[in-house]
Amino acid sequence: MPISMTINGKAIQAKEGMSVLDACWANGVSIPTLCHHPDLTPMGACRLCVVEVEKMRGLVASCTLPVSEGMVVHTETPKVVEERKFVLEMLLSDHPNDCMTCEADGNCELQNAVYQYQVPWKPHKGKTHSYPVDGDPNPFVFTDFNKCILCTRCVRACAEIQGRNVWGVANRGFRDKIVAGADVTMLEAGCESCGACAAYCPTGALTDKSSRGSGRAYQMKKVTTTCVYCGVGCQFDLNVKGGKVVKISSNAKAAVNGMALCVKGRYGYNFIHHKDRLTKPLIKKDGAFVESTWDEALTLVAQKFAEAKGDSFAVLASAKATNEENYLIQKFARAVMGTNSVDHCARL
Amino acid sequence: MTNNIADIDNCKTMLVIGSNTTEQHPVIGTRIRRAVRKGAKLIVADPRGIDLANIATLHIRQRPGTDIALLNGLAHIILKEGLEDKEFIANRTEGFDEWRKTVEQYTPARVSEITGISVDDLFTAARLYGGNKPSTIFYAMGITQHTVGHNNVLAIANLAMLTGNLGKPGAGVDPLRGQNNVQGACDVGGLPNFYTGYQRVADDAARAKFEKAWDVKLPPTPGLTVGEMLQAAHDRKVKAMWIIGENVAMSDPDSRHVVESLNTLDFLVVTELFMTETAQLADVVLPAASFAEKDGTFTNTERRVQRVRKAVNPPGEARADWQILCDVANHVSRITNHGAAEWSYNSPSEIMDEIASLTPSYAGISFARIETKGLQWPVPTQDHPGTPILHTEKFSRGKGLFSAVEHQEPAETPDQTYPFTLTTGRILQHYHTGAMTRRVPGLETLAPEERVEVNPDDAARLGLNDGDWVRVTSRRGAVESRAWVTDRVGHGLVFMTFHYAEALTNALTNTAVDPIAKIPELKVCAVKVERASR
Repeated sequence: MPISMTINGKAIQAKEGMSVLDACWANGVSIPTLCHHPDLTPMGACRLCVVEVEKMRGLVASCTLPVSEGMVVHTETPKVVEERKFVLEMLLSDHPNDCMTCEADGNCELQNAVYQYQVPWKPHKGKTHSYPVDGDPNPFVFTDFNKCILCTRCVRACAEIQGRNVWGVANRGFRDKIVAGADVTMLEAGCESCGACAAYCPTGALTDKSSRGSGRAYQMKKVTTTCVYCGVGCQFDLNVKGGKVVKISSNAKAAVNGMALCVKGRYGYNFIHHKDRLTKPLIKKDGAFVESTWDEALTLVAQKFAEAKGDSFAVLASAKATNEENYLIQKFARAVMGTNSVDHCARL
Repeated sequence: MTNNIADIDNCKTMLVIGSNTTEQHPVIGTRIRRAVRKGAKLIVADPRGIDLANIATLHIRQRPGTDIALLNGLAHIILKEGLEDKEFIANRTEGFDEWRKTVEQYTPARVSEITGISVDDLFTAARLYGGNKPSTIFYAMGITQHTVGHNNVLAIANLAMLTGNLGKPGAGVDPLRGQNNVQGACDVGGLPNFYTGYQRVADDAARAKFEKAWDVKLPPTPGLTVGEMLQAAHDRKVKAMWIIGENVAMSDPDSRHVVESLNTLDFLVVTELFMTETAQLADVVLPAASFAEKDGTFTNTERRVQRVRKAVNPPGEARADWQILCDVANHVSRITNHGAAEWSYNSPSEIMDEIASLTPSYAGISFARIETKGLQWPVPTQDHPGTPILHTEKFSRGKGLFSAVEHQEPAETPDQTYPFTLTTGRILQHYHTGAMTRRVPGLETLAPEERVEVNPDDAARLGLNDGDWVRVTSRRGAVESRAWVTDRVGHGLVFMTFHYAEALTNALTNTAVDPIAKIPELKVCAVKVERASR
């Protein structure tokens, strides 16, 4: 049964079981969020998504409020704006003012919300947190919990997406903090270094270590492609800057994997620009490889292959190469070399 | 996979056999974990205490190489308990009565004797798989890399048909393909007996079709498999080889024999990203572009054809394989004057159009159609939406055929001299022979060296402590590495990866192959384990 309701004076239809936040988003009404992510169980922790609902007392977190028949919602009243500014002021009172060097700059949901509501950063006289920066030895995830807003997206991403439960919340009140396992290192807590926590983190608290300092989100060209490792077929975005792949980021639209990736998929890209890459054809002369031109190499290869035409020749195709390339490999074996001796590592 | 990956959400019971999913197909592994969180039952049948075993409803450790006995035994109990899907058997299958006679021989007591699994656990597994449906089976190389690999797969198919777990959501027989494009390489004819789309080279009509399309006479007899090529090179029947993006000197069984074979060739060309162990043996090495430096498509384990896109230029003079292929083909053709037209492909998209024109299952695929989302074959026409679940109405051959298969011991079993069983595989942090992943510093930090998994009781008997150096010896070679003393492996079993050139595990493995699939028995060979003197 569709539910009829009103958002900012406009009559809309929503589906039963939907949250007010989803109904707003589905109808083009933007509401800022921090702890909410469409992939994760709603929490109602950050209070940034509060709205005014007629006949309800106070302001309500829209992410955890189910729609109901005849509901009348206002999303941007002065009272709502004031509340959101207060939430952001409180978060900023315990947040470093270092957007200039922060890895998340340009890709930070806190920064976006603070910018939207023009909340100034002010020095805070009370107690603030002080956690060690890069306090975890994991080679791929950089931790800076001074920037943590306790939204628990990392906790939920690890539990609900990766199914691993590495992260949790320890202590109470001001001493609340995100911990791996029983406050041990990530690896000791069973971390698989998939980087989901960093991918879902809305601030600079958890970021990718191997791409630190390599560019801002808005400086990267993103190219969607398919992973080169196992057969799952995860897709992601190669982040390119200055002609180099400097980072891999999740692409929420990926058909197979959504935001999820494994440690190799997300972080195993440094081989692309590795100094060991072969850059010229090599011909072995007197037992040692000598660089050659493509012309020289192709002439030699063609001459030797031509001599072996037929079943004296065999070719190994590659599960690493594309469909188009493998098609040409078998066509080459069959149509040009006259042999069906083409195979690849399907059995290995 | 008969079913798609997202369909895991619909499974009520999952049987994972011969697949260390969270390490080899990590994102499918997370889907399995998510399904378990939501209440699905998980049976893990694996000789090792793999990660998934920790969250399994039931973990059963079959002795390596006894999968047929196990699978037949489950079928036996399912029949005994009346859990079979009589309607599915009657309408969709044939050969049931004949097959039944064979599984009737696989009593729980006998299966327990062969596999080492308790009778109680066999009943629990059978009741879960047969009773809590829909059920699916995930398997990988732990099933196929055996001298009975082909029959192992038949035994899996039998079990799925018996319980009607095919052609519907949440069910299925789901082989997990190990490499990014191993499915695609097979689909487009990278096999000695098939053209694209599994059209047989020995079939006159199929051959005539390709002869017409390519305007050339084609050889009618199937060619050699990898193992046969290497043996033929050893025997000087194959004189020249071209190896494109494979590191057989590390990945294939009995490395010493592989290297000897390649060294016997008159001429070896290797196309590669790096100077791999195989490239070092070549006469000519051609520098190739990586996946980030070219356009094309990969086909994943659920048959989804997806785009690969060029993001950066290849380094130096490295070139995409498809461009190298065109050049080599045209150079050879000019010498041999075989009369075929020059290859003049301008882009991978044009090549895909040619594949589609010759391949019924890819007929509706083009780069334009998969620009934003890949399609799952079969895609028979331009407006076909793709096929997430196979065999919904009928099987490729019509009715599903029950095939009776019998337990058979592995080619090499432990004896007095070689008392341990070695099984091999990969770990999460590295990939195959490590050409790519071992050049990623963080992955090396996580997994810097080979560690032979040895059971604590065996270690105590051998006087081994965790981290000690051990020497593992088979009939074919010896390898030294550090030991990881862990109950991940049972008594008498050791596990090694093939990621590390400095601990060349495939120097130990056996070249014995399945007679039909020609797949080597990398999952079982007999070894001796002793403390190494360093």
